[in-house]
Amino acid sequence: MDWSPNTTQQTRKSRAQMLHDIRAFFLQRNVLEVETPALSQFGNTDPFIESIQCIQHKSEGSELRYLHTSPEYPMKRLLAAGSGDIYQISKVWRAGESGNKHNPEFTLLEWYRVGFSYQKLMQEIEELLSNLLPDLPKKAQFKTYESLFLEKFNINPHIATNEQLIDCVREYIDHLDSDGMNNQSLLDALLSFCIEPEFESSRLTFVYDYPVSQSALAQIRQTEHYPVAERFEVYLGQAELGNGYQEEVDSKRNKQILSDENQARKAFNLETVNEDRLFLAAAEKGIPASAGVAIGLDRVLMCITGEKSIQKVINFPWDKA
Amino acid sequence: MATVSTSEFKSGLKFILDGDPYTIVENEFVKPGKGQAFSRVKIRNLKTGRVVDKTFKSGEKVEAADVMEVDMEYLYEDGEFWHFMEPTSFEQHAAEETAVMDVKHWLKPQEKYIVTLWNGSPLSATPPNFIELQITECDPGVAGNTAQGATKPATVETGAQIKVPLFVEEGEMVKIDTRTGEYLSRAKDS
Repeated sequence: MDWSPNTTQQTRKSRAQMLHDIRAFFLQRNVLEVETPALSQFGNTDPFIESIQCIQHKSEGSELRYLHTSPEYPMKRLLAAGSGDIYQISKVWRAGESGNKHNPEFTLLEWYRVGFSYQKLMQEIEELLSNLLPDLPKKAQFKTYESLFLEKFNINPHIATNEQLIDCVREYIDHLDSDGMNNQSLLDALLSFCIEPEFESSRLTFVYDYPVSQSALAQIRQTEHYPVAERFEVYLGQAELGNGYQEEVDSKRNKQILSDENQARKAFNLETVNEDRLFLAAAEKGIPASAGVAIGLDRVLMCITGEKSIQKVINFPWDKA
Repeated sequence: MATVSTSEFKSGLKFILDGDPYTIVENEFVKPGKGQAFSRVKIRNLKTGRVVDKTFKSGEKVEAADVMEVDMEYLYEDGEFWHFMEPTSFEQHAAEETAVMDVKHWLKPQEKYIVTLWNGSPLSATPPNFIELQITECDPGVAGNTAQGATKPATVETGAQIKVPLFVEEGEMVKIDTRTGEYLSRAKDS
């Protein structure tokens, strides 16, 4: 039996140093470290993220709980309760996500800044990541989602029809069959297979202002011609490190998003999940205007150590857990 | 028919695509944090040997291929079929020319081959990496010629054409790497 860890002692030291540096960064900025439950009565409704379910058997029947896929809902309850700026470093779980860049159990850094714009939060992320990765040769680049699609395919992702996107997938991704793909899947395929591979390595790239089909819990802004979602992603080279929003604070819209996501689950023949009523109740009380982001720390550690596989930076990855 | 979901994809898994059997050479999981997951695979067509790229959306299902690899002994060729036998059960399998096309020149009776069976019929045969064969035709050896790397053409008992050093004689047994078709050495017992 191979019981031994997948990491070197140097990698273990790098992880400890990274966690220390992150805590020092937030301590200096007066952002409070918090904890929220890992095992909740409510799951993530996002149709592209599967929660791991846990069943507790009791004499009066069994109780279903979900391992959190991110601490987003309860952290927003803390914001509604007046916590001010908060961060959390926690283990999260996403069913079925295994590969060179994915382990179903991974470490997430999530933080919220009250009164920040998402633009200001992107600046702060750049400062944190530049602290953790001091050897990056260039400053970060900032690109709108729209500019990337216009440059690569000459189509505007905010107004392109699914037929146009399907044509584009046929032209650029000949190894993929576009049958049954919705707007979000088509955009994801084009971004993942055609645009991300061209991101400059060893450089941070921020992509912002997503199509509304990709809004998740981000606020939507009306522009002159069409609405855009105030959402962003940060990459180092081709590796996606994190995802953030100008947080949607409208309680009606938050309720609508969770319910729409469960509807989308039905359309995909996926099991619906219990919507987080406690989060929705907090949203009704009022979540302060804020921006938030979640960063995958194992991916950051891959960048720090130069390891090509996430399994080399986790002591005991999924198959050895 | 049994189906396989992308979540079960791994190297070596065999499935049917457009009527042909394929094996997965490489499998890469691609997924944006908040988006559609894909399995990007390199797959080898087990009939033609061609490797192609293919991307599946997570959750897509493919038809599992009833493909097995079995050690067999090569027996003989009758002009239409090439006959192999499983050494333990003595069960015989007749392979069509398309299945042995690439290895015809390395088929030696009593030698062991890995035969890939699809729905019970031979799809391909893989020779051992190293094989010892008799030289059936070559120019006479040149005594004393030790020029490094100088070679001459030779034919071996299975019909393959190889290049051998000048000192090798007709009738000798030589060891050959079947993956490259290169002469390695004189066989030990000759």
